[in-house]
Amino acid sequence: MIRLKDVEKEYENGTYALRGITLTIDDGEFVFLVGPSGSGKSTIIKLLTGEIMPTSGRIVVNGFSLTKISDRQIPLLRRSIGVIFQDFRLIEKKTVYENLSFAMRAVGASPRAIRSRIPYVLELVGLEEKANQYPHELSGGEQQRVAIARALVNNPNTIIADEPTGNLDPARSLEIMRLLGRINELGTTVVVVTHERDLVNRFRKRVVMLEQGLVTGDGVGYEAK
Amino acid sequence: MQRHDFTYFVQEGVSNLFSHGFMSFAAVGITVACLLIMGTFSLVAYNAEMLLKTLESEYEILAFVEEGYHDALTQQVGEKLRQLPNVKSVEFITRQEAMDAFEQRTLDDYTRAHLDPNMFRDRYAVFVEDLNLVRQTAKEVRDVAGVGDVRVDEDIAGGFILVRNVAGAVSLALVAVLLVVSVFIISNTIRLTTFDRRDEIAIMKMVGATNSFIRWPFVYEGFFLGLLSSLIAFGLQWLVYATMAQSISAADTLQFLRVVPFADIWKPVALTFTAAGMVIGVGGSLTAIRKFLQV
Repeated sequence: MIRLKDVEKEYENGTYALRGITLTIDDGEFVFLVGPSGSGKSTIIKLLTGEIMPTSGRIVVNGFSLTKISDRQIPLLRRSIGVIFQDFRLIEKKTVYENLSFAMRAVGASPRAIRSRIPYVLELVGLEEKANQYPHELSGGEQQRVAIARALVNNPNTIIADEPTGNLDPARSLEIMRLLGRINELGTTVVVVTHERDLVNRFRKRVVMLEQGLVTGDGVGYEAK
Repeated sequence: MQRHDFTYFVQEGVSNLFSHGFMSFAAVGITVACLLIMGTFSLVAYNAEMLLKTLESEYEILAFVEEGYHDALTQQVGEKLRQLPNVKSVEFITRQEAMDAFEQRTLDDYTRAHLDPNMFRDRYAVFVEDLNLVRQTAKEVRDVAGVGDVRVDEDIAGGFILVRNVAGAVSLALVAVLLVVSVFIISNTIRLTTFDRRDEIAIMKMVGATNSFIRWPFVYEGFFLGLLSSLIAFGLQWLVYATMAQSISAADTLQFLRVVPFADIWKPVALTFTAAGMVIGVGGSLTAIRKFLQV
């Protein structure tokens, strides 16, 4: 579960990114976080992953209270979240398989666990045939699916996708959203940050709208108020 | 607690070494040079110390007993000399023994033929504890009643003390400066590796790797750089030392210098080099990675 209560964030340069956000996302939910540039979407992601701390308010993510979290607990928080970025952020010199094993090894998974988990995740994202290929040998959509596989490989409670379709054509975008939908059906909470109205409206999912650091809408569909 | 994935860390550390081959080579080269300079000066200081110890044990102040002192009085002089501070031992030399010793050193037959024990005086050879205090001790020996004259070669003692002190101070200063220089160089080499791998580090942090997990490969990289440097430096130090020792023993004017054989000191030298290599390598890597982990 993700819970934000009266969260404010003011950056050191005086910019107010969030002005008192209150939001709850239950376990197993699929939520679109939408809004124009500067609305505070990226700040929310950084707050949820423990990259930055709120100026005031309370945040709880998967049982971790981020206002009280210690430096030693931050890696544990991050293991409960899988993050997907618009630019994929894959390691170019590693194969698909190695990208995933790298993510597992980084959290101390045994070689045995790695060998059994990766084929399952690759099959889930439809890339079982591409395990030995390098990122540059894959299409944009395939690279994003590798990024999704990497986010999933450590079996997190929550997936946070930051503009996951920003670099993809409409067909590939739809494909990625469907994949995230399938992952959500398997029980993982999915939060997708996007500004692609048409894509959001193709799915009957909860949409939280942000504008100038405030929640201006929360309901099903992009136009929800 | 996360287990220590030794194989992974070592593999990554070694891979880092080769990914920046030239910088690794430069770091090893500079560290070897620093270790070699530190080692050479420390060994010079050590040899000076050893030489001084030998000199201290052999160095004597000759205290000549006043003419006309009979045996009992002469013995009393010896007792007084023994009680002086900084006196390790006292050895009585009769005028006959003094003449015999002189005779052995003199090749001139005419002089030998005309030697007479009465030309010599009874004397005490006074051995000291600390060569630094020889001037003061000589003065106290001179003040003992019954001591007619004193012969002391303060210049030789002073010369050795100066060499020892200078070598000690220079080696200490060099060790400190070169240690910092080496840490800085290795730190920069590893900083380059961390910069090159910043994306991987960011991904590791994103998926929940602990700081220690991210740090270990770089620590091993520094460890291997330090170890390799210390091994090479040790080999070169051996060569340099052996060459210097050979040159000294071959030089006519330096016969009085006794160089400690390398075979007698290689163990502490190897241990010191290894320890210094480790400190430089691991210290350098920890310094380099520190900033990267503050995310």
